Amino acid sequence: MTDGWTPDEMMTVAAARLLADGTVCFVGIGLPSTVANLARRLHAPRCVLIYESGCIGSKPRRLPLSIGDGELAETADAVVSVPEIFAYWLQAGRVDLGFLGAAQVDRFGNINTTVIGDYQAPATRLPGAGGAPEIAASAGEVFVVMRQTARAFVERCDFRTSVGFGDGPGDRQRLGLRGRGPTVVVTDLGVLRPDPDTSELVMVELHPGITEEVARASTGWPLVMAPSPGQTPPPTDEELAVLRALRAA
Amino acid sequence: MTSLREAVAAHVHDGDTVAMEGFTHLIPHAAGHEVIRQGRRHLRLVRMTPDVIYDQLIGAGCADELVFSWGGNPGVGSLHRFRDAVENDWPGPLALEEHSHAGMAARYVAGASGLPLGVLRGYAGTDLAARTGTIAPITCPFTGEVLAAVAALSPDVAVVHAQRADREGNVQLFGLVGVQKEAVLAARRAIVTVEEIVDELSPAPDAVVLPTWVLDAVCEVPGGAHPSFAMGYGVRDNDWYRAWDDIARDRALFTEWIDRNIRGTADFAEYCARTGIRPAVPA
Repeated sequence: MTDGWTPDEMMTVAAARLLADGTVCFVGIGLPSTVANLARRLHAPRCVLIYESGCIGSKPRRLPLSIGDGELAETADAVVSVPEIFAYWLQAGRVDLGFLGAAQVDRFGNINTTVIGDYQAPATRLPGAGGAPEIAASAGEVFVVMRQTARAFVERCDFRTSVGFGDGPGDRQRLGLRGRGPTVVVTDLGVLRPDPDTSELVMVELHPGITEEVARASTGWPLVMAPSPGQTPPPTDEELAVLRALRAA
Repeated sequence: MTSLREAVAAHVHDGDTVAMEGFTHLIPHAAGHEVIRQGRRHLRLVRMTPDVIYDQLIGAGCADELVFSWGGNPGVGSLHRFRDAVENDWPGPLALEEHSHAGMAARYVAGASGLPLGVLRGYAGTDLAARTGTIAPITCPFTGEVLAAVAALSPDVAVVHAQRADREGNVQLFGLVGVQKEAVLAARRAIVTVEEIVDELSPAPDAVVLPTWVLDAVCEVPGGAHPSFAMGYGVRDNDWYRAWDDIARDRALFTEWIDRNIRGTADFAEYCARTGIRPAVPA
């Protein structure tokens, strides 16, 4: 706890603030779902939550444990099949924003949710792709939300499950990826954004109490800092109260 | 109409490609148990989200290969038996054929449609395309756009759970309908377990109906999705999913659990009695 809030709460609140009202969001379970539901209760009541289980416009009263919780279907505007959610809604370009988490992210915003180590003999077998590759490809833009450590923020992912900016500028266009890719990475230390010229993730904002040294030590590549990084305003009492009520419900 | 024991004995054979579907909802756990009970081996298991049902089958030594797109315990963490098989070859090696959700969905649609392949805008630039033989680039003959082709899925047998069937064996499912219709129509044979048999299927919003003549066996197994659920008959048992984490983490504990509760029971009703699970009574 720092001044009455945890780094994870700061990360969640900072990500929620970036979600504009009315946005159509493709939401995974866990942190992304918490972020989107927090935003919906604060400044973005009209954002549309789409879950890959086929729920469109879910308005859950409490945080679901899984994307299959009945709550998501019962509070949805529409429930469709899994082939339809991916083909008609995501692939066809009806999703403004995708939220992704990962075990690893690299300097070009590519993410790994497949294996740590060699694919054939992995040190750690992770769950795999799920909906992430096509969210990363087809959503209008992508927010990545994950804790920042030198093990997770790597020079190159052990496995490229989902594409950010590939090997650098121009790769998304070359690959025919229609969305803009990761426009922001929110961590427990601050906020990174891709440099418009190099596509490399640059630290543009630090959370209260976090120094540049800490951010650099928590990144597995030589981290570029913005010339004068901003400081994230700490969570307000209202943000914390709503987040904690959401978690407790 | 038949018992689940007879259905599995007749339609699931050693070495078969088996798709037990249900996207977080309506997962046919009772049927998975019966496959373990009957000691099936060398199965090629197909499922978008392996979930606890395949964690049990993999740990029990029923599978040689897994075709999937996301292998975790939703909201909880790892599928420990799946991980142990991939990382340590226990209880034996497990070959993987790995896709994304969108790719798996397209494969089932292709299978149900009688086509050899599905097409999607996907996988570009990922390492999945290089690792998985059933993904290949294809050029659109009309626009020239390069897309991803995925091989159709045509399982030997599909197994799904649904809310109800009538006495003719027509099946109705609703709520999160996932990819079950496609899995059933893609497969050569299909087994359905249902919460209840009714005289007449009353309309339900957005319901999928599977006519009796596309199915090979319909079995009444109340609560047969547990710890998943059937909308209208119960809720997802999230505490049970959390409890599975401890059971599955340890090889000995897992084996003891399977021996006692699955191999040591005659059927799903006895399993429920032994484990204290109470199938919901229809309203």
